[in-house]
Amino acid sequence: MVATLHIDGAAYSVKEGQNLLQACLSLGFNLPYFCWHPAMHSVGACRQCAVKQFKDEKDTRGKIIMSCMTPATEGMRISIEDPEARAFRAGVIEALMVNHPHDCPVCDEGGECHLQDMTVMTGHVCRRARVRKRTHRNQDMGPFVNHEMNRCIACYRCVRYYRELAGGRDLDVFGWHHHVYFGRQVDGPLESEFSGNLVEVCPTGVFTDKTLKGHYARKWDLQTAPSVCVHCSLGCNTIPGERYGELRRVRNRFNEEVNGYFLCDRGRYGYEYENSDLRLRHPLRLGAEGPRPIPSAEAVSYVAGLLRNGGRVLGIGSPRASLEGNFALRALVGAGRFFIGWPERERALVTTALRLLREGAIRTPCLREVREADAALALGEDVSNTAPMLAFALRQCAMQRKIKVAAAFGIAPWDSDAVRLVGQDEKSPIFIATPCGTRLDDIATRLWRAAPEEIARLGFAVAKALDPDAPEVPDLSDEAKSSARDIAAALREAERPVVVSGTGAGSPAVLEAAGAVAAALRRLGRNVQLSLVLPECNSAGAALLGGGSLAGALSEVRKGQVDTLIILENDLYRRLNAEAADALLAGVKHLMVLDHLANATTARAEVALPCATFAESEGTLVSQEGRAQRFFAVHPARGEVRESWRWLREIGMAAGQSEMAAWQTTDDLIQTLSQEPGLSGVKEAAPGREFRAAGQKIPRQPHRYSGRTAMGADVSVHEPPPPEDRDSPLAFSMEGYQGQPPAALVPRYWAPGWNSDHALNKFQGEVGGAVRGGPAGVRLIEPAADAPARYAAEIPPPFQPAEGQWLVVALHHVFGSEELSAHTPGVAQLAPRPYLGLSPEDAQRCGVGEGDPVELAVGSSVQQLPARIIPGLPRGLLGLPAGLAGVKVVELPAGGRVRSVTGGPP
Amino acid sequence: MEKPLTKMMRPDGEPLSLGEYEAAGGYQALRKALGAMTPTAVVEEVKKSNLRGRGGAGFPTGLKWGFMPKADRVRRPRYFVVNADEMEPGTWKDRMLMEGNPHQVVEGALLGAYAVEADVGYIFLRAEYAKAARVLRRAIAEAYGAGYAGKNVLGSGWALELSLHISAGRYMCGEEMGLINALEGRRANPRNKPPHPQLAGLWGLPTIVSNTETVCNAPHIILNGAEWYKGISRSSDGGTKIYGASGKVKRPGLWELPMGTPLREVLEEHAGGMRDGLKFRGVLPGGASTDFLGPEHLDVKMDFDSVPKAGSRMGTGTMIILDDHTCPVGMVRNLERFFARESCGWCTPCRDGLPWAAQVLDAIEEGRGEPGDLDVLADLCRLMAPGHTYCALAAGAVEPLQSALKLFREEFERHIRDKRCPWR
Repeated sequence: MVATLHIDGAAYSVKEGQNLLQACLSLGFNLPYFCWHPAMHSVGACRQCAVKQFKDEKDTRGKIIMSCMTPATEGMRISIEDPEARAFRAGVIEALMVNHPHDCPVCDEGGECHLQDMTVMTGHVCRRARVRKRTHRNQDMGPFVNHEMNRCIACYRCVRYYRELAGGRDLDVFGWHHHVYFGRQVDGPLESEFSGNLVEVCPTGVFTDKTLKGHYARKWDLQTAPSVCVHCSLGCNTIPGERYGELRRVRNRFNEEVNGYFLCDRGRYGYEYENSDLRLRHPLRLGAEGPRPIPSAEAVSYVAGLLRNGGRVLGIGSPRASLEGNFALRALVGAGRFFIGWPERERALVTTALRLLREGAIRTPCLREVREADAALALGEDVSNTAPMLAFALRQCAMQRKIKVAAAFGIAPWDSDAVRLVGQDEKSPIFIATPCGTRLDDIATRLWRAAPEEIARLGFAVAKALDPDAPEVPDLSDEAKSSARDIAAALREAERPVVVSGTGAGSPAVLEAAGAVAAALRRLGRNVQLSLVLPECNSAGAALLGGGSLAGALSEVRKGQVDTLIILENDLYRRLNAEAADALLAGVKHLMVLDHLANATTARAEVALPCATFAESEGTLVSQEGRAQRFFAVHPARGEVRESWRWLREIGMAAGQSEMAAWQTTDDLIQTLSQEPGLSGVKEAAPGREFRAAGQKIPRQPHRYSGRTAMGADVSVHEPPPPEDRDSPLAFSMEGYQGQPPAALVPRYWAPGWNSDHALNKFQGEVGGAVRGGPAGVRLIEPAADAPARYAAEIPPPFQPAEGQWLVVALHHVFGSEELSAHTPGVAQLAPRPYLGLSPEDAQRCGVGEGDPVELAVGSSVQQLPARIIPGLPRGLLGLPAGLAGVKVVELPAGGRVRSVTGGPP
Repeated sequence: MEKPLTKMMRPDGEPLSLGEYEAAGGYQALRKALGAMTPTAVVEEVKKSNLRGRGGAGFPTGLKWGFMPKADRVRRPRYFVVNADEMEPGTWKDRMLMEGNPHQVVEGALLGAYAVEADVGYIFLRAEYAKAARVLRRAIAEAYGAGYAGKNVLGSGWALELSLHISAGRYMCGEEMGLINALEGRRANPRNKPPHPQLAGLWGLPTIVSNTETVCNAPHIILNGAEWYKGISRSSDGGTKIYGASGKVKRPGLWELPMGTPLREVLEEHAGGMRDGLKFRGVLPGGASTDFLGPEHLDVKMDFDSVPKAGSRMGTGTMIILDDHTCPVGMVRNLERFFARESCGWCTPCRDGLPWAAQVLDAIEEGRGEPGDLDVLADLCRLMAPGHTYCALAAGAVEPLQSALKLFREEFERHIRDKRCPWR
């Protein structure tokens, strides 16, 4: 419904019922605000967005109203420029400034501060207050977020974000009147894995990025480019910033279909591995005295020589490497000799997930659709640890019910406090079944803790309760039957149900069960979607590319069929246990490894080639949604570091593979790989290198970038030309198109008068909504419209805890389980120490106390770990942290034995 | 002259027991209502009586009670809350009513709860009122014992659970929506309207909040009828009002007088006029958050429509009188310090404007004032005008300030000019 709104005498069409602030901002007006946020909506606290409202044409006095709290109605007359309204808005800033320190020059927020922008916008320039400013004590909030309370203007966004959106409990408002204090009860790391968003949510310098503080640069001095997070499978959009060849921070890049306004802390803070001392900077050749640097040309010709001389070569790619890197390796070694480099179980899981999405009739939702879902079933996957922004999206899904209840009272969805007041404890039905407690449990309507097989059985039982044609689950307990009926009833009633699962439980049966629930709902004609979490940032891309598992590679090696093994961005010692990895590597004569960080695999390499990270290269990742997204180099790779595919191309060309010569740029490579089945959309993920906006490239450096002529002067006083970017329409320069490029190419948010990230408002058609020109990325996987719903034939038997028999399951940790981010100091600090988790009942039965050393044996792998007692973990299950440094690699779930080291065998 | 609210009270001000209250006609109104009147009839009678809310805003009580959604039988429990968080500086009328006749408060609460078909009632009491807490607690227990409250009130089938809740002790808890938040155990921040509490109040459920003095009127209206109630008033607002006077008058105190009694009559006849040697300079007619009136307004009728015509508000009807030996700047500073301290910190003008105003007044009073200070104060008054802030606290808080700036302009300027307070 459209309403005509008269603003300062001119008529505009706006969405009826939308609040005036959002309407005015969407129309392009500069109206200042603080407490309002497009993702958090209106509460009317700061009074900054006041405008004048007139009753009719004759009314000349009008009255001051808060635009954020007032719905637009047909024929409404308002004024933004009215002198009294302007004076009021300046007065609000003046009141805020009574206590705000004038420390902008030493404040990390300076130059991208919403408060600065709004102050300038209102025209408040002169301090009249002769009063002492109130001061506060700051808190140590851990490695990610710096706290400087004196700067607080009490907009309440932080606590609203942290508590209402992110579900955090340890940040609150304390005190009263102008001493209100936003912090924790005591100093200590913020507990929410979404704490970093405080940095962007805070309109001034109270919450700032502590990692940036460690190597500070102003926003205008950062070279930035559009990028994609590499720390889980969701593919959140980011804007990393670089200066002096070092990554300084990561900010959110708005993609309404993916991460919206927010990132998780692993994604925001995991970047520091890029600057790590573990970076490979030169080609290394392993000699008797250990690895020594060799010239690039020597490295290339050596490896090419191995290939050219008829050497039998095998390539192992990686689910954390780009499509381009994997494709180049496959082209170099040949499709039949290319293996993705994941264990067989992981390959089976990922291909099962992809089969469900590609062959079924069920759509995989983007994160926006999860946020907007009105019921959810999470089967087996601890999304709070494996895909945090999916957990965040489910939190918003839980809110949908409140919004619906409020709508019945005529309350608009943007009237945030009213929605919560009327909604009270109402929440969308969300069912969570996982082996262990998750940080999402507080939003669950009901919870189940069970072994993966039991979770799968619950899922199949739900499918059966929905659809009589679904297979019967044998030996189902009455309790499980009744649970299944409850879940089925709630999902059946929902308008937009979503089923969430993933590879995290390590169980194909869990995935099949999730697929069965979705298929059953689909057969009932429900608009159901299925979101499956995958292990890594390009697991989906790797699976689309095809290629066997490590088991296949190992069998080739065992057959003595391999002289040379080339491993791309893959530490096999994280995927296989040490014996298996040793066996694989020892079976080949020559080992060549491409990676950016030194690891156990590069340490074994005869030749190790330093390759570019996500921030130094361009490439494509396919998220668990099936969305192909392009990341662009933030800064050029230095020295001998280069993109994996360029190394592989040079080797290939030197070895006589002349077709690789055509790959002059990333686009050429993408052109070739887009010929592959299922990958034709990849070239649409972002505009190609030829793209120009108004005839110009998109500059990575802001127009205020300083020190350009001086920053290299310690080396040479001659200013070198800016590095050329042959691969993309972006330039390593200040010069170029200053307007809004397509979403996939947006390097930063800035607009005149809007130096903070709120400049994003100017990039969106409707503020809070889609970026003009549509979201970045292209979906490669769409459901087959008329595919019949299929049910897996095999339903696992019930899990029975037995004496002396344990099921070891993987427990994922947002900090510590992922390979690359674990090399970031802050993430490492928050990662748990190694442990073996067991239920309180089992611990008591075994006489094991918290921290007691226990010995875990899985197959031939034996390790000693301190016990951690985990309430809620089902009896008979042991929890082993996944991917954590100091924990031996074991393929899970698996049967195991445990023995108290101090006491006897339990 | 009829004094329904206070006539039963003992001369020593000690609380009436249940027996004493019943002997004096107590709980007859409740019996009458439950026996012969529908809730709607009770609301209609209160509407006809022209009873207006005694908390300060003067909203017609019958109208407010009638807002409670009648048809909604699903969203339960419904709540009726007596606002006994009397924290307006210079106001202690509710305290007198509670301490002297707690059963009148309980009966009023029960009638209000019956009228709005509530299931649960709360008396939300100011934390500092220890004696009122003691006597109310006992009165509620006695009312339960006598069957006036509980699962089946007087055998009528209507159930009401009534409890006393002691506030955490902030001015904001007396604001209707702040009170509701406080009752829920949250910060006593106000809430935006809509949704109004009758739609989504306590825990999101239908709720009515009425002031203590207001509900004390209900039994008398029900028992004696709306016409009688209107008849005992000297104005179009019905009934009597507990007026009060503080400041340097001869006999500070509280008096139950017909609604609409002129200010001069309260001041001169009941409070005995100014103390010897002092002259009247101004009055805050209804507590600290009302505008000053000067000597030219002494003949104003103290009711909800007349006082605004003179440029102030009736407020709580308990006036604070300023004499010529007291510094008006110092008095306003005291008030603004109070209000600045009591701001909840939610909206900017109130949170940051009031302390600034208080500090400017500090400077003026302490001889550090500067010529531009009065402009700052005037600007702050505009910043905190009605509708500009989230709730009415700041708008009320600047009423004494903005009126003092007009009425006592010369005194402010003298402070600044002479760099000292002439009264010190």
